Amino acid sequence: MGILEVQNVNKRFGGLQALNNVNLSVTEGSVHALIGPNGAGKSTFLNCLIGKLKPDTGSVMFDGKPVLGKKPHEINQLGVSRVFQTPEIFSDLTVFENVMIPCFAHRDGAFKVNAFARVLRDKEIRQQAEHMLEDMGMKDKMNAHAGSLSRGDKRRLEMAMCLVQEPKLLLLDEPTAGMARADTNNTIDLLKHIGETRNITKVIIEHDMHVVFSLATTISVLAQGTIIAEGLPEEIKGHPKVREAYLGEAEV
Amino acid sequence: MNLMKDRLLLIIFACVVLAAPLIFAPTGAAYPDLLQRFAIYGIFAIGFNILFGLTGYLSFGHAAFLGVGSYSAVWMFKLLSMNIVPALLLSIVIAGVFSLLIGYISLRRSGIYFSILTLALAQMCYNLAYSVLTPLTNGETGLQLRLDDPRILDAAGDAGSLPSTNFFGLEMKEVFWNPTIFGYDLQFNWGYYVCALLLILSFWISIRIFRSPFGLILRAVKTNQTRLNYTGINSRPYTLAAFVISGMFAGLAGGLLATMDPLAGAERMQWTVGGEVVLMVVLGGMGTLSGPVLGAVFIKYFENIFSKINDGVLHGWFAIMPEWIENAMVLIVSPFVGKGWHLTLGALFMIVVIFLPGGLVEGAQKIGAKLSGANKRAAKVGIE
Repeated sequence: MGILEVQNVNKRFGGLQALNNVNLSVTEGSVHALIGPNGAGKSTFLNCLIGKLKPDTGSVMFDGKPVLGKKPHEINQLGVSRVFQTPEIFSDLTVFENVMIPCFAHRDGAFKVNAFARVLRDKEIRQQAEHMLEDMGMKDKMNAHAGSLSRGDKRRLEMAMCLVQEPKLLLLDEPTAGMARADTNNTIDLLKHIGETRNITKVIIEHDMHVVFSLATTISVLAQGTIIAEGLPEEIKGHPKVREAYLGEAEV
Repeated sequence: MNLMKDRLLLIIFACVVLAAPLIFAPTGAAYPDLLQRFAIYGIFAIGFNILFGLTGYLSFGHAAFLGVGSYSAVWMFKLLSMNIVPALLLSIVIAGVFSLLIGYISLRRSGIYFSILTLALAQMCYNLAYSVLTPLTNGETGLQLRLDDPRILDAAGDAGSLPSTNFFGLEMKEVFWNPTIFGYDLQFNWGYYVCALLLILSFWISIRIFRSPFGLILRAVKTNQTRLNYTGINSRPYTLAAFVISGMFAGLAGGLLATMDPLAGAERMQWTVGGEVVLMVVLGGMGTLSGPVLGAVFIKYFENIFSKINDGVLHGWFAIMPEWIENAMVLIVSPFVGKGWHLTLGALFMIVVIFLPGGLVEGAQKIGAKLSGANKRAAKVGIE
């Protein structure tokens, strides 16, 4: 039984069957990549996992608990963090404040009126945030405006915000989309670094084969709303169905 | 470091507020009635800034809470006692209940839809006060004190004249000290000092909220609500809490208006009043600590002093010039003062929004930074 169990998920948008009986099992500690050509339903699938969309049928179990119909903040409180395609950060706040907010969410839950506590007096939260920034190599930028960071740093900050909550599962939605090769390699190194220091299960949705084959321990291929293949990276590379649906086009 | 600055800011603020009858003397605004209005609208704006400045949710409906506060206070004067304490407490509670209801409905939407919902609901309150709720609000005449009101706690002593509002015996209207300093005839009255203490208290509460985790999360709501929700925080109760807190501040302000003059009319709930507080906060500097009070003082000063400058006064100003220049100057300036004070305020508002999006506080910071030669960032941190 994996940490994330998806069973028979179907989603229809009008006449389009976006997801057709998708089954997926993610084992704890693995890096599970979900790949597939454009329009395969990867984003729809991810949105079903994190509570943005509700599938028509099927079930999604995380850590033994059903998550379907739950709101994004509830799913996060269960231990699922998400990294977005374009980094979603609090750009008007400082880097330090950006990292403190997830710390508060992790400690105090989804809602707590602590209007008379002082942020700066909260040693526990400060230390957590500082450690995380140090680990990410961003301590020197602690007081910078998050909006003024470079794109790579924004990605790094978003990653820090997710990791500081010590999630059980990290969802990454095309973390290198639109990045230059150097930035992509930095992101890969960052993710490898995270993998070495923490035991977090990751689900990566990705276009870039280079990223997928450098990180993934398991790969599932989604095409036209169904999983057509699943296995170790080497198996997927040589899988005829996958070549036909996806790699074939790319490697002509 | 930051803590020290906040403390210093609070001390300076308190000194200015407490010495206001002296400070405002040269501007001609140092009479108790206007000073009290400064303080009351300052409280109103401080509360509004907690919602608008921190979360960015723009409400046009806060006049309703001001009005509700006034009505509650007057009812307390009628039924229980002329002491202002129960009246103010009831104002805050009832305004809190109203803002909980209106906030719960309006906060289902954000952006312009939220603004429209608050506007519609407040306008509804206003119209109800005029029509269906006449038994409670006394309609167009407004809710007034009467000699035959029960006033359970007050001994039925003072027959013949209407009693006045008091704070445990200190009459709000009473001028307790009337010195002449630097040739100015100063008036210190209890009413202003009650409002002033509440203003300082409100300012302190707002500093604490700004520096708290709660305030940090409210600021996060403004910059990126999606990220906040995916960070495991339910933004709805946070915004609702901010809405209710600001509504309670508005209720307190409304109650204080009723302590000045125990009369509550529906015109206090009109949307223009709700629009005015938006102007105050934007003009002073939204999201800053001292901006809202500055904005409130500015607008109330314009409304009460600038609007009284007539042609006669203008002729006095330009009397040293040759007559034809004098007449020309009066002709040019007169549309902007007196009845035309809105024109000046409008122009000023435009200038602030275009050139100083951070309001008057930002302007003061820029000037301060230039004067001290310190770099801009240090100054910004300093005044915020």
